[in-house]
Amino acid sequence: MEQLIHQLLGGLATGAIYACLALSVVVIYQAIDHFNFAQGEMAMFSTFFAWQLIQWGLPYWVAFFATLAVSFVIGVLIERLVFAPLRHAPVLSHIIVFIGLFSIFNSLAGFIWEFTIKVFPSPFPTEPLFGNHYIGMHETGMMAVTLVMLSLIYVFFKYTRVGLAMRAAAANPQSARLVGISVVWMLALGWGLASAIGAVAGMMIAPIVFLDPNMMLGILLYGFAGAVVGGLTSPGGAVVGGFLVGVLENLAGLVIGSELKLTFALVIIVGVLLFRPSGLFGRRVVERV
Amino acid sequence: MSNLLEISGLEASYGHTKVLHGIELNLPQGEIITVLGANGAGKTTTLRAISRMVKTHGSIRFDGQETTGMSAEAVVKLRIAHVPDGRGTFVRVTTEENLLLGAYSRRDRGAIRDDLERVYTYFPRLKERREQQAGTLSGGEQQMLAVGRALMLRPRLMLLDEPSFGLAPLIIQELFGILRRINEADNVSMLLVEQNANLALNFASHAYLLETGKVVLSGTAQDIKNDESVRRSYLGY
Amino acid sequence: MAKPLAVDKPIPPNPVDLLTVAGILLPTWRVAWSSVGLLASVAVAFVLDDFGLFQLTSGFIYAIAILGLMLLTGFNGQFSLGHSAFYAVGAYTAAIMMDQWQVAYYWTLVPAGTVCLVVGFLFGLPALRLGGLYLALATFALAVATPQILKYDLFEHWTGGVQGLDLDKPVSPIAALSDDQWIYLFALVVLCFMVVVARNLVRGRSGRAMIAIRDNPLAAQAMGIDTSTYKAWTFGVSGLFTGVAGALSAIVIQFVAPDSFTFTLAISFLVGLVVGGLVSIPGAIFGGMFVLYVPNLTEDFEGLAWTAYGIVLIVAVYVMPMGAAGLVKAMTAKLIKR
Repeated sequence: MEQLIHQLLGGLATGAIYACLALSVVVIYQAIDHFNFAQGEMAMFSTFFAWQLIQWGLPYWVAFFATLAVSFVIGVLIERLVFAPLRHAPVLSHIIVFIGLFSIFNSLAGFIWEFTIKVFPSPFPTEPLFGNHYIGMHETGMMAVTLVMLSLIYVFFKYTRVGLAMRAAAANPQSARLVGISVVWMLALGWGLASAIGAVAGMMIAPIVFLDPNMMLGILLYGFAGAVVGGLTSPGGAVVGGFLVGVLENLAGLVIGSELKLTFALVIIVGVLLFRPSGLFGRRVVERV
Repeated sequence: MSNLLEISGLEASYGHTKVLHGIELNLPQGEIITVLGANGAGKTTTLRAISRMVKTHGSIRFDGQETTGMSAEAVVKLRIAHVPDGRGTFVRVTTEENLLLGAYSRRDRGAIRDDLERVYTYFPRLKERREQQAGTLSGGEQQMLAVGRALMLRPRLMLLDEPSFGLAPLIIQELFGILRRINEADNVSMLLVEQNANLALNFASHAYLLETGKVVLSGTAQDIKNDESVRRSYLGY
Repeated sequence: MAKPLAVDKPIPPNPVDLLTVAGILLPTWRVAWSSVGLLASVAVAFVLDDFGLFQLTSGFIYAIAILGLMLLTGFNGQFSLGHSAFYAVGAYTAAIMMDQWQVAYYWTLVPAGTVCLVVGFLFGLPALRLGGLYLALATFALAVATPQILKYDLFEHWTGGVQGLDLDKPVSPIAALSDDQWIYLFALVVLCFMVVVARNLVRGRSGRAMIAIRDNPLAAQAMGIDTSTYKAWTFGVSGLFTGVAGALSAIVIQFVAPDSFTFTLAISFLVGLVVGGLVSIPGAIFGGMFVLYVPNLTEDFEGLAWTAYGIVLIVAVYVMPMGAAGLVKAMTAKLIKR
């Protein structure tokens, strides 16, 4: 029983990270109908950037928010410079570019900071909450930060003018232009947000898995799994999907052992795409002949 | 009376296909004019040219200002509201959010709220459904929503693309009655594209007839309506 | 010559296309260039040192793998970010045969190819229901999960687990040739064979069907092409090619281990494919060489080969202004006309 609770809470904790990545994936997917295969590497790169700032003496939270800002800007720049000219290019072109970005971010991180594992600090105290045995302080903190961020995003999309405009631009770009929304900048904004969210995920997970250029690939896969489970058309669904995948992954680990966890993610992705492509919360998209 | 909108020598293409071959059109301030023609004549393209959704050559002057160099977003700021064909509803967002989106380019918060109430006065049914997802509204209601959304811009010019499409006659009557009120009470000039020529000619004061991207006929709605040969050869009734 | 289309029954893929090796009239210049290339390749065996030969051999292997990806993505329009998985299956099949059953290396290629043909086909069946982007995602997941599957301890008895398998080096049966020269020529022969197979496939009815499916699946279906079977079958054939490459790599490197078959490898294949031009057989060979030699050139700046790859990928997409499809169509048109 204790095992179970431990795995459940641990699953929720890692699920928080997957939820962040799933949200990044869905935010971009909603905007451009493509999967950002480079999302994990961008998050990793941001985390390295934060690490560097901390190495140079900046306090954690200053580095944290500076990294968010820089990640946001990098996301915007990538959209404006790399993807904007490709808007009408076929899918394959987009995929190739995403893989290209993947390669660039991954190898640049390795080149600048090398492949030796680094320790990334946790901003949370070490004493577990209420002295419990189930879940460490960092994991608790991780969930808290994720939930705060997700709430902010939710509020942004639902209650702010710009958030509404972003939703409109994603749903119906033509009509959006007719009411004066600059769809072009909404896309860039979406990319910026997704990058910042990814950076948060990276900085939260790094203390646990240790910082190295290859740390995010597996996690990105879980992020995709969470997004697919959630349904790809719903940011809220992506978040729920992420948490669900985290919990299921841990529970499955109890049964099949921890060595096949990535395979588990693969099975989830393929299974959901085949048998319930709209996921838990998504809408079925009908393809017209 | 000065012209709010003056179009001359307007050409437009989609890719390599030229659709407009030199349109001439004038809309006097406060008037309603209609552009008629068969499918593919270029009516929708003319509207899209005005709202800058398509590349053009030629001249479009709005209130004396040349707009052909401007972006779609900039033209909206001039308060030209385009009600597109198919309504262009933001289906996954609520009715009220749709209306608020219409006012996106405006900054005057208080006035926006007032205008929202005014739109609800024109379209009480929208007020009933304000929290509903817009995609669940009926065709007629979505058309009213589209017009309401355009109203939220406090437009000086409203472009309407086949607003009667797919609507029951009673709803059409209601809608056009409201449009007339809007034109008279709020001094909104209108450019109406319609396939239903009879309806349009009873509504507008002037008419232009388009055929394969050119204006082949223009005049007062009255004259065109009364000219039997024109009606028969061009308008099919 | 051509049978009239039987509209009431969907046209299945034609296995005979694969087996025909001769009998196609090639324009003289192509014969000339191919002969020159072949002779040069053979001559090189006596000129280069062992390491140089090993490198070229590896280039051949990548070329075959990229041919496989080209058939699937370039000609049939199905994206795969997971061909490292087929490569791994081919490599491990060959390795296990050599390690566990003492099978001679030259007998491993056909079984490895066959296993991958089946695996590819089986993967292609569910893939039918996934459109481009989702297929990319699914194959991405496959590539990422593959190393972990290979490390799984339940299979350790076969796969050697994390440490992998060590294999014996093939011995040259000809006294005049060193082991490395022999291996090089062996790989060259395999490459030539696979190139001819690919060319016949592409120019035959199957090839046209594949291209039709890529460009307009609905129209293809309306024309009577059994799109589902073709697509799954193309997956299988693509897997076969890459699997043979993998098997060859096991023979040439004499070592297989899970971490040789990561997503990074799949990226290499994609780079080779894009650089080679997506639908060009000589391009695949060029791509294979590119992917082999570029990391060597940037050896001093370790990570930068991959940065270069990324930039190359992005630039390649831009340099083809009509997108990858435009270049694909233009080049395919040329290929078919010949």
